[in-house]
Amino acid sequence: METVQELMRGSRRALARLITLVENNDPRKEEIMERLFPHTGKAYLIGITGSPGAGKSSLVDRLLAEARQNGSTVGVIAVDPTSPFTGGAILGDRIRMQEHALDSGIFIRSMGTRGSLGGLSRAAREAVQVMDAFGKDLIIIETVGVGQSEIDIVGTADSTVVVLTPAGGDSVQTIKAGIMEIGDIFVVNKADLGGSERTVAEVSMMLDLKEEPGWRPPVLPVVALRGEGVAALWQALMEHRRYLQSGGLFESRRRERAGRELGELVEFLVKSRVWESIRTQISLDELIEAIALRRQDPYSAARELLRRINFPF
Amino acid sequence: MSEKRKIRVLVAKPGLDGHDRGAKVVARALRDAGMEVIYTGLHQTPEQIAETALQEDVDVVGLSILSGAHLTLVPQVKKLLRERGMEEVLLLVGGIIPAEDEAVLKQEGAADAVFTPGTALENIISYIHENIGQLP
Repeated sequence: METVQELMRGSRRALARLITLVENNDPRKEEIMERLFPHTGKAYLIGITGSPGAGKSSLVDRLLAEARQNGSTVGVIAVDPTSPFTGGAILGDRIRMQEHALDSGIFIRSMGTRGSLGGLSRAAREAVQVMDAFGKDLIIIETVGVGQSEIDIVGTADSTVVVLTPAGGDSVQTIKAGIMEIGDIFVVNKADLGGSERTVAEVSMMLDLKEEPGWRPPVLPVVALRGEGVAALWQALMEHRRYLQSGGLFESRRRERAGRELGELVEFLVKSRVWESIRTQISLDELIEAIALRRQDPYSAARELLRRINFPF
Repeated sequence: MSEKRKIRVLVAKPGLDGHDRGAKVVARALRDAGMEVIYTGLHQTPEQIAETALQEDVDVVGLSILSGAHLTLVPQVKKLLRERGMEEVLLLVGGIIPAEDEAVLKQEGAADAVFTPGTALENIISYIHENIGQLP
């Protein structure tokens, strides 16, 4: 794999090509990932999530400046939704980050959720590993905070930032399950709008309900567009990193991630092999027709299908 | 098992004019045709466009130019793409381009195709499908 060697020599073109190959699940992907693996595990991974329009991309833009000032090289993976109807996507997160386009210490890649086999979490994690092998110190993944696979991505980051806004709903939102549970740091962006103190207070109250000792996520008011509060966010990230590393949590989080990765890969391999056998051996039309006409129930149909491809089930 | 290769397109507006309506309409149409469209907004320099094309590993770059500076901007973007080993990327230009300039751009090998106002969106989509070549 010549492209892997080029990557190791620092070729940005090779980095881009390899991300495409892993994202498209190219037949050479496994070989690529095997070759890269020994060079991974060094980068610090930051996940940024929050609702559409919360200001995540603007925040990433500001964090990039902060990280560069502190001497780190950065890779960014910016995720936007793929249309489930056409498969197309508008990937527009870069608009806010274009001032960094010419900084050779920064590499930004946009990804669509695509949402097919194995899902986004696999593709995004593999892209992270390619950037890690390339030698980026920090890797930031920005996702739209909806959907389980996206929560999985940021959930496996070393530090996760959840971005909220003052107009983000009443206090019941803060006790709902989901992204409120995965934040290591909460940012209340657009803090120049009215109601930001209340949002900060409500989120803080929710966090204080948890009585376990350990890291209490800070809640930081930020105005990303003006850069206010970004230095404090950077400090909080570095503090969280020190906290993880001093308490041995860093290792246990990475072990957790390794377990999840393994599980997802097994799932992915089984799924793709099974569907490939089904597609090449059997026409589904007959079974689908039988279910639609209510002549057969889908449960026995599914089992019959797996029997016919000799899947031990 | 590999998934169907997605066509990735960068839609960018180089130069100083501030009208991105056309670019957005095209971006949206390409999205609806199942492509992944990286949209970078207004006032991009040729360097930013080429570097973004590289990082995003796109198959197509679409430039929207209404300012009249196409004879300078397009060859510049083409040259910077070449320098980055991306000569095979399709370079499409949309906007107000006089017919004689269109001929110049194509002769110089800067633009692969020029789409002027009134072009049907389907023509752009089918042009991309027909000319994208064998995707790796």
